[in-house]
Amino acid sequence: MFWTSYLLAVLALILAWPVPVLLSRAQWPARSPFTAMVLWQAIALAGGLSMIGAMLVYGLEPVGDNLLAGLRSLAGMVFYNEPTTALGFWHLFALSAAALLTAHLVFTLLLTYYKIERQRRRHRELLALLASPSDDGPGTVVISHDSPVAYCLPGGARSVTVLSDGLMAALEPAELRAVLIHENAHLSQRHDLLLWAFAAWRQALPWFPTTRLAQTAVNSLIEMLADDVALRTESKGTLIKAIAIVASGSSQPTVGTHAFTTGGAVVEGNSVSATGGADSPRTTASRVSRLLSPQPPLTKGLRILVLAASILLLAVPTALLIVPGLLG
Amino acid sequence: MASLGELERAVMDLLWAGQEAATANTLRDLLAQDSEAGDGSAGHQGKDLAVTTVLTVLSRLEKKGLVERERGTRPHRYQAVSSRADHTAELMHEVLGSAPDREAVLARFIGSVTESEAATLRKLLGYN
Repeated sequence: MFWTSYLLAVLALILAWPVPVLLSRAQWPARSPFTAMVLWQAIALAGGLSMIGAMLVYGLEPVGDNLLAGLRSLAGMVFYNEPTTALGFWHLFALSAAALLTAHLVFTLLLTYYKIERQRRRHRELLALLASPSDDGPGTVVISHDSPVAYCLPGGARSVTVLSDGLMAALEPAELRAVLIHENAHLSQRHDLLLWAFAAWRQALPWFPTTRLAQTAVNSLIEMLADDVALRTESKGTLIKAIAIVASGSSQPTVGTHAFTTGGAVVEGNSVSATGGADSPRTTASRVSRLLSPQPPLTKGLRILVLAASILLLAVPTALLIVPGLLG
Repeated sequence: MASLGELERAVMDLLWAGQEAATANTLRDLLAQDSEAGDGSAGHQGKDLAVTTVLTVLSRLEKKGLVERERGTRPHRYQAVSSRADHTAELMHEVLGSAPDREAVLARFIGSVTESEAATLRKLLGYN
């Protein structure tokens, strides 16, 4: 039992720092974004599991042979007033910390969901009044704004893709199609769930390198995944041109400095400084260079290896927690 | 009969276009006029549009913080809280701004771009 908590703590540490740092510097995720996405999810889940697990197992060490047995005796103490003398101060401390961390993670996840949904609802309400339907499909609307802007607002059946006048004017039909396919890929692949989970993960543990790196990587990977969907029907040149026009068009001096202040809100082009949140400006650069000089995807063997590693990452802490007497 | 959503939109368009606050009665008449003018798309409110319906729409808009009423007068007069341009600016601020949780709310085709990156992309396009 003691060795189990020790191993879980080491696993939690490795997953909190060196592994995400290495993965965020690696070049291969751009070649197989889906595989990389699975790995990031496994790292986050296994990291949380081993953090909580390490503390739980340490705290329950005197009363149980494995997690289930330990929890059963703990329940006996809490609900049936069985003697607690077996647990020392540090055991109780670890158990409380595990309970707090679990509650904190769950609470942050729910709070983030609530905040995101509230902002989306407000945004949708305003869009219903301000935007006009577009010819490009039921879920697409056009808003009158000079900068080329395209985004999607996820919301299940009420998901909507928004294009600006400026964008419609700047893009050729094929480029516009590429943009729409890209945005619809975000919606149909439910990228909003990933964004939500990793935003909450970062919100909950902002001082952990892993949460910031994971969010940045996930933001970048979903763009690549959506680009890949667009490439199935549109040519590479079309997509590159669309990206370049939207990116450069909105920061051209004429538009980029076109800032107007109304009701306390300042609006300008996309030339936001590099400090802007987790949406690393490198995302666009890596997307374009990935399209300009494409690398072959990882070989099937390597992809299977990474997926197997992801499964192992989840299986090992689970096994350490559940299997009785494993490692004694 | 138009849906409440369509009516909300029509009412806001009237309030944004008009300079002064308007009563529900005035708005009802204007909506009826619009539909008589027969501009097809938004014009199925018809003459039978009840003032109570307009009041329902107005109170919904008030709850959303888009419309405010002057309470001193009878009947109440309604006006838009801020202009159409202001609301568009609010939306675009949310889209283009760098609020930390914006990434999770909506997904933009192009995220933040640095000036040097934009220059490279323009060169790629053959500008400059």
